[in-house]
Amino acid sequence: MAAGIRTSRNGSDVAVVGGGLVGLAVALGIQEKGQQVTIYDEGDIAFRASRGNFGLVWVQGKGDSYPAYANLSRLSARLWGDMAASLEESTGIDLQLSQKGGLFVCLSESELSQRANMLDQMAANHSEGYPFEVLDHQQLKEMVPEIGPEVAGATWGPEDGHVNPLYLMRALLKRFTSLGGKLINSAAINSVQPINGQFHLHSADGRYVSDKVVLAAGLGNKKLASMVGIEAPIFPNRGQVLIAERVKHFLDYPTGHVRQTAEGTIQCGDSKEDVGFDSGTTTDVIADIARRAVTMFPLLKDVRLIRSWGALRIMTPDGHPIYQQSEEFPGAFLVTCHSGVTLAAAHAGPIADWIAEGNPDPVLNLEKFHANRFQV
Amino acid sequence: MPTDSRFNRLPVSEKGLVSICIEGQTITALEGESVAAAVLQAGVRPSRTTPVTDSGRAPFCMMGVCFDCLMEIDGKPNTQACMTEVRDGMVVNIQRGARQVLGDDL
Repeated sequence: MAAGIRTSRNGSDVAVVGGGLVGLAVALGIQEKGQQVTIYDEGDIAFRASRGNFGLVWVQGKGDSYPAYANLSRLSARLWGDMAASLEESTGIDLQLSQKGGLFVCLSESELSQRANMLDQMAANHSEGYPFEVLDHQQLKEMVPEIGPEVAGATWGPEDGHVNPLYLMRALLKRFTSLGGKLINSAAINSVQPINGQFHLHSADGRYVSDKVVLAAGLGNKKLASMVGIEAPIFPNRGQVLIAERVKHFLDYPTGHVRQTAEGTIQCGDSKEDVGFDSGTTTDVIADIARRAVTMFPLLKDVRLIRSWGALRIMTPDGHPIYQQSEEFPGAFLVTCHSGVTLAAAHAGPIADWIAEGNPDPVLNLEKFHANRFQV
Repeated sequence: MPTDSRFNRLPVSEKGLVSICIEGQTITALEGESVAAAVLQAGVRPSRTTPVTDSGRAPFCMMGVCFDCLMEIDGKPNTQACMTEVRDGMVVNIQRGARQVLGDDL
């Protein structure tokens, strides 16, 4: 590690603050363009939503009142297959990507009709079409025979899928370093100083200089963004996740609440709590998640839970990402979102291209992701 | 199934004996010991096969942490043998791969 810090003192073309899924994906995309990227990561003390998330590559319902976000999610989902194939080929790591469609299971008729209305509205807002289906109980049961009798139905999104987010992280890092990208661990960046068109990053161990800086520090972005003239209203939102024992494969599709991993593990989680920077778990929420999972899939009733955890989403007031270059200090970029898995392919592709080369692909509608939308 | 075991019991005082059935074969165990201890002593290998690669495993940590001793005990799959005390008449089987959750459990 000491050697890494010394070599990085020479500086790099692009500094990425934050080595989670967002930082890694953006860093890899820029490194692939031949620019020298260094990632500064605070280490294992990080909240690290990249390790706590649910692993969905999810499209349906995202950006329901914000077409630019819906389009971005769909674009990334379309790019995901190629990214996974390329990462698998170059690193030998199987990401377990499956994009055969996903289900959002609704327990009550009113929930189902509300959701159907929302997706209808989305389809009306997307002239090129917005694919989904509404399944009543019987139709859902034909697709997933294990569904519980109390379930009203589900909405089906053919573009949804899931992946192993831990393998994704490992593969991104392996590919990034194999291309010459540098990762500095235990380098929590406390401040970013724009000086003469460059950026000076300060950690407890030293100072690093770069021509560009990408803030991908998750919840840490709020503080850092203000140092480069960007106001980033970012706050934590906790989700709790349950892991049950491995069982024989029964669930072909991910759902918004329950999924079965390639190894057979059952993962449950759908909670959203505003509890500040507390990434712990609580019995009442865990019981709720488990109850809902068993209502959806009664065969889970005697499957044993192995562990649980809490993780913090990186939220904005409207729930959509912020992608922004500082007007005051050009060369400083903010990249923040709560869907680092789904958006990984967009981050490694068109978002990285924009940061590396300047001109954003018009398909991104980048102006829609500027933080000035929060200033009313 | 049982082979020569490299595990031997230390001389212990005044423990009763119980009979348990492992993979159809009756063995004698000591009252109060865990199924995992009885399985190791009887030389049952493997005591489970893994869900992903189907490779063999045997009890390891003996204290409820590693989950390598999972067996089907009295019909209950994926049970930690090291955390389960033997009982006369107990029926123990190898846990083969991932447990089934369909049908019988419903």
